[in-house]
Amino acid sequence: MITLTINGQKHELDVPDNMPLLWAIRDVVGMKGTKFGCGISECGACTVHLDGVATRSCITPVSAAKGEITTIEAMADDPVGRKVQQAWLDLGVAQCGYCQGGQIMNATALLKKNPEPDTREIVDAMAGNLCRCGTYNRILAAIERAADKETSS
Amino acid sequence: MSRSDDTLLLANISRRGLLKGLAGGSALLLAARWDLGLANEQAQFGAGAMPGGWVDDPNVFIQISSDGVVTIINNRAEMGQGIRTSLVMVAADELGADWDQVRAQQADADQDRYGNQNTDGSRSMRHWYQPMRRAAAAARLMLEQAAASQWDVPVHEVRAEVHKVVHPATGRELGFGELAKAARELDVPGRDALVLKSDDELRFIGKESGLINGELKSACPKAIDGEDIVTGKAVFGADVNLEDTLYAVVARPPVYGAQVKNVDATEALEVTGVKKVVRIEGTGQPAVFKPLGGVAVVATNTWAAMEGRRALKIEWDTAPAGGNADYTSDAYRESLEKAAQSPGKVIRQSGDVETALKNADKRVSATYYMPHMAQAPMEPPVAVVRIRDGKAEAWAPVQNPRATREGIAELLEMDKENVTVHQTLLGGGFGRKSKPDFVIEAARVAKEFEGQPVKLQWSREDDIQHAYFHAVSVDHLEAGLDGEGKATSWRHRTLSPSIASLFAPDPKHKGEFELGMGFNTMPFSIPAIRLENPPAPAHVRIGWFRSVYNLPHAWAIQSFAHEMAVAAGKDHRDYVLELLGPGREVHNLTVGDGWNYDEDPDLYPIDVARMRRVIERATEEAGWGRETGKGRGLGLAFHHSFVSYTAIVFDVEVSDEGELTIHRADIAFDCGPQANPERIRAQMEGSCVMGIGIALQSEVTFENGVAQQSNFDSYLIPRMPDAPKVVRVHLINNPDDAMGGVGEPGLPPVAPALCNAIYAATGKRIRRLPVGNQLS
Repeated sequence: MITLTINGQKHELDVPDNMPLLWAIRDVVGMKGTKFGCGISECGACTVHLDGVATRSCITPVSAAKGEITTIEAMADDPVGRKVQQAWLDLGVAQCGYCQGGQIMNATALLKKNPEPDTREIVDAMAGNLCRCGTYNRILAAIERAADKETSS
Repeated sequence: MSRSDDTLLLANISRRGLLKGLAGGSALLLAARWDLGLANEQAQFGAGAMPGGWVDDPNVFIQISSDGVVTIINNRAEMGQGIRTSLVMVAADELGADWDQVRAQQADADQDRYGNQNTDGSRSMRHWYQPMRRAAAAARLMLEQAAASQWDVPVHEVRAEVHKVVHPATGRELGFGELAKAARELDVPGRDALVLKSDDELRFIGKESGLINGELKSACPKAIDGEDIVTGKAVFGADVNLEDTLYAVVARPPVYGAQVKNVDATEALEVTGVKKVVRIEGTGQPAVFKPLGGVAVVATNTWAAMEGRRALKIEWDTAPAGGNADYTSDAYRESLEKAAQSPGKVIRQSGDVETALKNADKRVSATYYMPHMAQAPMEPPVAVVRIRDGKAEAWAPVQNPRATREGIAELLEMDKENVTVHQTLLGGGFGRKSKPDFVIEAARVAKEFEGQPVKLQWSREDDIQHAYFHAVSVDHLEAGLDGEGKATSWRHRTLSPSIASLFAPDPKHKGEFELGMGFNTMPFSIPAIRLENPPAPAHVRIGWFRSVYNLPHAWAIQSFAHEMAVAAGKDHRDYVLELLGPGREVHNLTVGDGWNYDEDPDLYPIDVARMRRVIERATEEAGWGRETGKGRGLGLAFHHSFVSYTAIVFDVEVSDEGELTIHRADIAFDCGPQANPERIRAQMEGSCVMGIGIALQSEVTFENGVAQQSNFDSYLIPRMPDAPKVVRVHLINNPDDAMGGVGEPGLPPVAPALCNAIYAATGKRIRRLPVGNQLS
């Protein structure tokens, strides 16, 4: 048995140690906000926070997910997460939306670590998250908006 | 939008539409006009020409509950273009609904009830704008009639305001919710009784809102799925959550047309969680929308299914694949480049090109290549199917619900009435999800598990290696210039396998719907023109990719026009404006295009004035002609597709080490009347980024019939650092023309504009895509 703590709740799972966290979250726990995009850590759709660090759940075995796991479902209750979500809505970032949960998870982790990133820091931090709809310019603008205390608090 | 209202209505008249709902007098009148205007029954265009046609019955699309909540049925696939917001907004605006009380509900697959649902060809808004407005106007009139009846006053004394009907003379008012029940009992008014709102009565349609070129002008009406998307609650195909779901993945033949010879599943069945291994019959070539065949592994979760698949030992029989097993894309490119040196099937001809070329003062010649690409939506194909009691139910992210339903019915030998297809959100489509092969695969596996849902997930490797690939293209152009640099002749040979090879024995030539994507519709005014299409056989499964054959045609023509300008020593913009000639309407039939995106060429001719206008706008906004300094330059391209007009200018810089920086993109776009400018801008921005990937990165190559790329580490698509630093979209406000497409027309000019900019910056001419490391 493996115990996962997801959004503050403990889950006892009977899964192999090497099962990627992504599939444990999606298929076993049944939470669908974390997405499968590539399975090799190239796209970021599966991003969760593991003890606050943006982590690719598709290559993280459940045996290595011993800390606090936070998913997109909990971001509305997180002050920084909600600011980011609101900026996404204000600027109409999403097109299809499939990658945006992962983008928001990554952006939120960035802002928690670095509340006022410059453009270069944002671009570097977000380079691992793919968006096939091509919403990058709005993602960048939304992160800048969320980081700006004047407009987002 | 007075002219477009009238003319679109006329274009929408199909026999089916006439029979279905037009009130007597108006039907006769319109039918008479239709006969006068369009000659005969075969001449059907627009929404009426689509399978299932259009429907404008308010009882089909609009439900109002007694608490005032307005539910609008969306019958088109939402794949990122924003149609669930935009089309619902159109209906809500015409109805007069309070946006906060509007909900969207996705239609199941049922073209008899909902009209055409095939979300493809940038058609949703241009085909459904009018029917949805009429449906909403009819519902509004019914609410007014219900109120008038309750107050016992003539209906012309009442009027609908936002979410209520008022009687100004007495100050009485009733909410939509209070009137809903009585309104529902009334007959649907005839179309002749409907009066659509005038532009100044509209609250949403055509109104600019949201983020405009980096500035938040005003809040836009909330996107229908916005909150669900940012909180992780939106339901895409894989997010359908049913009790007792089984999970499946499929090992498919590595070569198109190959089949399973032997499979040893012993080890796969030993993987924890694996339940069963199922052989899936291949359907051979042409594949149509049917599964490729292979071996499915079914398990209690996706990971176990993937592990089980890794443990399969499969021997493939490549004999049924024929020559596909020898297909190597590099050799194929060379063979097409060679074939491009000889004449091909003549598609369009005017003047004597050979003589004009011979007599030219200067000749320009170039050959361009665009590789195979995979659509690679972020959500790989996935579907859930449950079969029980002789009925099938599917949940899937599909662009074409009808083909999905019929494909499942055919496989299971059921009446389509026994097949229900629920459409989820699509995590991107780009043409991939026009083909429901993955849902039919899921149905095939579900057949083994009566009563139990099966979720069939494609991995990214599956998606890239078994795409319906964008066809490779070689385009060879030659032009003759006179002493002044003016073009006297233009010869263009295009070679590319046809999508028709997906449905029938390979024709080896492009069809009318492929040539009509910017090849024969090339609008330049040149005395001698000869367009040819030599043969090109297909060796992989080919299918639509966003904007389809417009991609290679625009890439070649727009690059070559720039090469001609350079050869003539003229400014590129001035030169192409001269090539285009004066503003005029070119009727499609005069250039051999009998397709025109299924639209009426009288309504939607090739409008050179509109083409010129987007070029002028994009270049003005970009500061065309300004001094850029060493290693920096501006590049222009433009294209007409999906009956809309796009021009783009890139400002790029290339370092001595060959590192490219895209400083800015200026996009001018004219789609005629704009329903939701906010989402039109978003489509242009997204097209720009996707097009940069097409120019710089994306390529699938084949060795012995096997795709050599398999995931985002080898099949590259743009990342945030690849995006332009600034993207500016300049919408041409043009309400007097007929409405055009939006989802695709932004894409074709991107790659040539970028490569022209690279030339301006470096003098390096790109003729083979992707650019890759050609700059270093």
